[in-house]
Amino acid sequence: MAAKAARDLSNVASVIELKSVNKWFGQFHVLSDINLDVKEGEKIVICGPSGSGKSTLIRCINRLEEHQAGDIIVDGVTLSNDVKNIEAIRREVGMVFQSFNLFPHLTILDNLTLAPIWVKKMPKKEAEEIAMSLLNRVRIPEQALKYPGQLSGGQQQRVAIARALCMRPKIMLFDEPTSALDPEMVKEVLDVMVELAGEGMTMMVVTHEMGFARAVADRVIFMDRGEIVEQNEPEAFFANPQNERTKLFLGQILHH
Amino acid sequence: MSDDALPGGERRQLAPPIDETGALGWMRKNLFSSWGNGITTVVLIVAVGWILSGFLDWAVFTANFTAASGTECRGGGACWALIREKWRYIFFGSFPYEQHWRPFFAVIAMLAMLITSADRRMWNWRLLVIWGVGSVITFLLMFGQIHIPLSLVLFIALAVGGVGLSLRKAIADTGEMNAYRVLAAIGFVGLALRIAGVLPAWSLAIAPLSYVETSLWGGIPVTIILATYGLAFAFPYGVLLALGRRSNLPLIKGLCVGFIELIRGVPLISLLIMASVMLPLFLPSGTTIDKFLRAQVAVVLFAGAYIAEVIRGGLQSLPKGQFEAADAMGLSYPQKTLLIILPQALRVVIPPLINTFIGFFKDTSLVLIIGIFDFLNTANQALVDPNWAGFPAEVYLFAAFIYFIFCYSMSRYSKYLEVELNKGTRR
Repeated sequence: MAAKAARDLSNVASVIELKSVNKWFGQFHVLSDINLDVKEGEKIVICGPSGSGKSTLIRCINRLEEHQAGDIIVDGVTLSNDVKNIEAIRREVGMVFQSFNLFPHLTILDNLTLAPIWVKKMPKKEAEEIAMSLLNRVRIPEQALKYPGQLSGGQQQRVAIARALCMRPKIMLFDEPTSALDPEMVKEVLDVMVELAGEGMTMMVVTHEMGFARAVADRVIFMDRGEIVEQNEPEAFFANPQNERTKLFLGQILHH
Repeated sequence: MSDDALPGGERRQLAPPIDETGALGWMRKNLFSSWGNGITTVVLIVAVGWILSGFLDWAVFTANFTAASGTECRGGGACWALIREKWRYIFFGSFPYEQHWRPFFAVIAMLAMLITSADRRMWNWRLLVIWGVGSVITFLLMFGQIHIPLSLVLFIALAVGGVGLSLRKAIADTGEMNAYRVLAAIGFVGLALRIAGVLPAWSLAIAPLSYVETSLWGGIPVTIILATYGLAFAFPYGVLLALGRRSNLPLIKGLCVGFIELIRGVPLISLLIMASVMLPLFLPSGTTIDKFLRAQVAVVLFAGAYIAEVIRGGLQSLPKGQFEAADAMGLSYPQKTLLIILPQALRVVIPPLINTFIGFFKDTSLVLIIGIFDFLNTANQALVDPNWAGFPAEVYLFAAFIYFIFCYSMSRYSKYLEVELNKGTRR
């Protein structure tokens, strides 16, 4: 994986701001008082034990989950119940899921061009050109006319990344993108993500791939029980965790 | 086994043992694999042969195909002469005898319409053309005359314009969009003027043939019209009900659930009787709605509720991730539903959906309760003739055969659709 240059992000504008965000599933307090600023071009890796609220956190950013208190401001727009507002934010935010979620009844090419054509009203030809160039970038242009079911897991996830990129998003959210993959396919997906990071995309990645975090992240966030317990630059985060819960978690995932 | 190895390390492909292949091998494996299976096979073959030979003897060898009256027919096997004598009545009912070519070609038109729209390559704007033209031909032949009121024309203009504006917003060029705007505007202004009474009740009359009212319709065209248009309208209606039932809005959800449960909770016959006997009581005196149309609406309402439940099953079978992926892309609710959800949900429910369709095709025969002469009813009436009394088996067998042809075709089509639609998606 490419080494990343240390960067000073203090003067860069924020593209995502979370202010005292709270969310409950029934009685369960899944996000408690989350405050987070994501700068343009920043890469954030979120880790934590299962049930810690990390997926819920990034799903709140494009309103797949609704938060109940606090403010989420994406690219200057405050998330509200207004449908137009939500759709506007979703156009700027691409998302990649753990289970790929490609549309099985459409070809790979149609999966990619669907949103540009219907949401951005892009002419079909232009959308297809963009789609093919993105498929080239994720190194599977020859699969364009196949259906998702005919591809391997790693290929499907690369298509899913290309599909999200087709909308030319400002921000990419990754929800455990490699967790459903066979071990030999993890690398091909991570390589694409590293490349994307190198191009300056703003990324929020929920993952347990600590190698990826070390190589790409500007900041690693550790969540537990709905709180941000600790956040730091990757070197410091891994070498010198401050909180007991972070130490325990890192001990569990790094030593076996 | 070293002698199986070819140079280069490949293994020689061995032919399967000889007695496992061919007709003999198949029989040995599937029919006579043990003493018990062998005896079962022999017993079943003898039983089927015995029944079949009895039936063939009655239906073919001793049957009478040419008798001139029922009395000549008696004593022998099946009296197919009855069908020969009565087939025109069974197929076309009380439609004026010398005009029977009209329902005949109407049936041909409808079958052509159904067969062409069964082909997947037609599933685009062509479908509208096929059904538009096919329906006009069918009803022109059946009625003989069609009066198209001005308000209907205006309403269609408004509907086409409106639907075009909302659905083609994303992809149409300016010229096309302007055409929709003009259509919608003409329709809207025209309808407003018509309601205000400024425009008179003009109607366009296409009247090449003598008028035949629906009470004279009968036989196969009635069955096909009731089933085809019943299901054609019930299907989109059922889709809307199913979507409504899964809506987040409590009022819409409640209405849909209430309607589905209410309709499913009563027999079709009671709905038909309500439509034919009770509905007229509620209408202002002087207004009448054609009985045939009322039965048709009852079938649509009833089938819609059942179709809705079948489709709901398909909607529920979709993984949540499909909805989320569509949402995350910024697709609107109609886009998500039409492009992602329904195409997948409908694929899943093809077998139960066709099952429902087959059921309703046969259930249309219940309209005989309110005095509409569908195919089964005309077959029934053919038995009333005293000259030909006493041959119910022949007539019902014939009717069953015709029903079977339709239902079996639907069943085969369901199979074809499953394969066709899952071509690319199977691994």
